[in-house]
Order: sequence, then C-alpha cells, then structure tokens
Amino acid sequence: MAQHQVNYASSAGLPIALTSVDKLVNWGRSNSLWPLTYGLACCAIEMMASGASRYDFDRMGTIFRASPRQADVMILAGTLSKKHSEFARRLYDQMTEPKWVISMGSCANTGGMFNTYATVQGVDRIIPVDIYLPGCAPRPETLQYAMMMLQKKIRRESADMKKNTKQRIV
Amino acid sequence: MRKYTPKDNVQGKAYYTDRFWVAPRVPTTEVEEGSHFAKVVEVLSSKITLKDAVLQIGQLRVVVEATDNVEALRLLRDECGYAMCSEISAVDYLARDGEFEIFYQMLNLDEAKRVRVVCRIKDGEAIESVCPLFKSANFAEREIFDMFGIKVNNHPFLKRILMPDDWEGHPLLKSYPLVGDEFASWYEVDKIFGKEYRDIVGPENRDPARVDRYDSQRFSRVGYEVPFGAEIDRENEKANPIKYSETLLVDYNTSSKTLDKRK
Repeated sequence: MAQHQVNYASSAGLPIALTSVDKLVNWGRSNSLWPLTYGLACCAIEMMASGASRYDFDRMGTIFRASPRQADVMILAGTLSKKHSEFARRLYDQMTEPKWVISMGSCANTGGMFNTYATVQGVDRIIPVDIYLPGCAPRPETLQYAMMMLQKKIRRESADMKKNTKQRIV
Repeated sequence: MRKYTPKDNVQGKAYYTDRFWVAPRVPTTEVEEGSHFAKVVEVLSSKITLKDAVLQIGQLRVVVEATDNVEALRLLRDECGYAMCSEISAVDYLARDGEFEIFYQMLNLDEAKRVRVVCRIKDGEAIESVCPLFKSANFAEREIFDMFGIKVNNHPFLKRILMPDDWEGHPLLKSYPLVGDEFASWYEVDKIFGKEYRDIVGPENRDPARVDRYDSQRFSRVGYEVPFGAEIDRENEKANPIKYSETLLVDYNTSSKTLDKRK
C-alpha cells in the first residue's frame, strides 16, 4: 500500500481552501465570460480583432459563441437602428441568466453621431447595460479592459442574481 | 461651391448669413451636331417626345414624359448601347412645383458616356416599373417607394427596403420631421415593450449638449461633487472646494525652497 509522503503540517499546509459560495460561483462565472458573436457596425471590426490572435480574448476565458443560448455576455458593438432594435432585444431575451451587457462605442451608448430619427439613442433604452465603453471605435485593448471591469463587477456580485441590484427594464 | 470669404474677422461680419448668396446653377450647353449625344437624341425623339435635351458636365440630360420612361430606357439600352442603369432615385419638389422628379442614370460602357433620363410626376401619381429592362431597378424602385412614397406600377415586390415595414412616413420627403416625430421617437419602445412603458423608459435625448447638473449618475459638477447616484438637495448644496496638495505644488516665490541653487 502506498504511503503518503506529503507532510501536511510542514509544507503548504492542509490541502483545503476556505471560501464562500458567492466567491466560488463568481470565480467560475467571471473567468468564463462567453460573449455573443453579434456585431452591428464598425465597432464589430474591433470586437473581431479583440477575439483574433493578436489581442487574443481566449486567454481571458472569453470565447465568442454563435448562439444566444450559450452566451453570457452581449456586446452591443455599433449603431443600433430602430429597425433592428426588436431583434437585438429578442437576442437578449434568448440568453440564459445570468447575463451581462457591454455597450461598446459612442453609438451604442448614446446614439453617437447618428442623432437621427432612425437610430436608437442609447441601447439602454431597450436593454439594461452593465458596462458603457466609450470610444469611436474603442480599440481592442479597451474592449478587453471593459471585459476585465465586467469581471470585477461580477466578482462583487452575489451568486444569487435576484439579489443584484441592477437597473432592469422589464 | 460657396465663394470663400475671409473668416479672420467673424465678429465684425457674420460670414455664414450671406442673405444675397445665390446657389450657382450647373452650366448647360446645347448638344453639338454630329456628336454621340446628337445621335442619342435623334433615336429618342424618333419614338417619344423629348421636352428637353441639354448637356450638363459632359452628360446628356433628357426630360421625357413620365409615361414614356420605359420606352426611353428601352431605346437607350437596345439602340444606343446604354447597357447599365446605375442609379434611379427621386427628388422632392413638392413645395416648389407640387411634383416629384424621378431620374434614371444610364451608362454606356463602350463609349464611356452617361445619360440622365428625367421625368416628373404629380403627388399621388404612380410611375411604371423599369424592372423588365434592368434588374438593378428592383431595389432602387423599392427605395423610391420607401423614401418618397411613390408607387411603382408592375413592380415584382414593392415593399419598404430600408425602414421597417410598419414605419409611418417617408423619410426623404422634405416635409418629414427630423426631430420631434412622435411615432419615430417612440418606435422601439412601442414595438418592444408597448406604449405603457413610455413613462418607464422616458423620452429619447436628441440634444447632444444636454447637461443635467442634478443627475449624479451621468454628470459631476466641479466643486459640488457627490457620491455616484446620490440624491442632490437642490436648496442647500454643499460646496466641496478644490484642495491643492501642498507637497505637489510648491510656491517658489514665497517658500524658502529654491528652484535652482545656482541662483
């Protein structure tokens, strides 16, 4: 019979890590944020660059998923026209809880330069937003920073999503 | 282009309110005898009545009756070599003339020549589709219908192409309101949540310079900072004067410290 050679008392201590359920769950959630492959305009080019090899989102556990059913994060990358707003909201509704939203770029934040009758003046009119990312268009580093800020936000949250005080529309 | 006026003394004279400035007209010249365009005019006028045929910036502009548009384009394609219809659109002259101007931009790829066929219709009249002649007319005529509300007879699929199907109004009309249209400004809220959610979502902000000093989530007032999202007591706001660090900013005039010992 094999004999244990590890001296728990002298080396790194007992192989036990103490934590709370919240921290454990949020550790898992924040390190495997899977955004939806969903681009609206030129910001989507920067989003694609963030996912490609030079900037490499994968090293942060961020892997783009082609289905809203498998995605945690919705990156609204670009100008949201009023014609498309219905479909953006439907994609958001099809994502499973817990879910987060990053509003990427000026157009998604406020309508940006498209101060027109046909553009949604800020996606937070139809979808609750967690991170507003300024820029026109934000560079891939900025999107990665936004994702890291979202990770920090998730780590502060409760594992029970109902307790999180998020401004929700419907 | 607008004539250049010096802008180094804009206080003295407002250069942007030149009341007597008249937009320059595109110079028009007659069609020369024996040229390529003279043959085109000859072919067209043998079958249909031309109201006008002039040269503008090296292009022929022919004005035809609105009922002759298909025949004019067929003659240009089959007998003059204009095999490509590169653009179809309309111009709203309802306020001035009570009419729409519809134009067809034709391109002859062999001769590198362009002809613009122009016709005018009254408000409420329809135009005949040129889809049987040019496939490219399909989307262009749908766009005319979407943007101006001009009906196109015998179009294979006349449906809005840019705006949503349930949109009210035709945005390229000069009478279309750019700001303040109730249907357009509430469209996404009405469509997704319903009209009863207008109060929850609130009106859209179309003023890019709007500042709300009592909105502590989006704005911060220098000298009166409050925590994020805090309610601001409007009557007695507490001033937080800016404090400068004494270790970072040293007044070298009054303190004993010297900037350079050689002085």
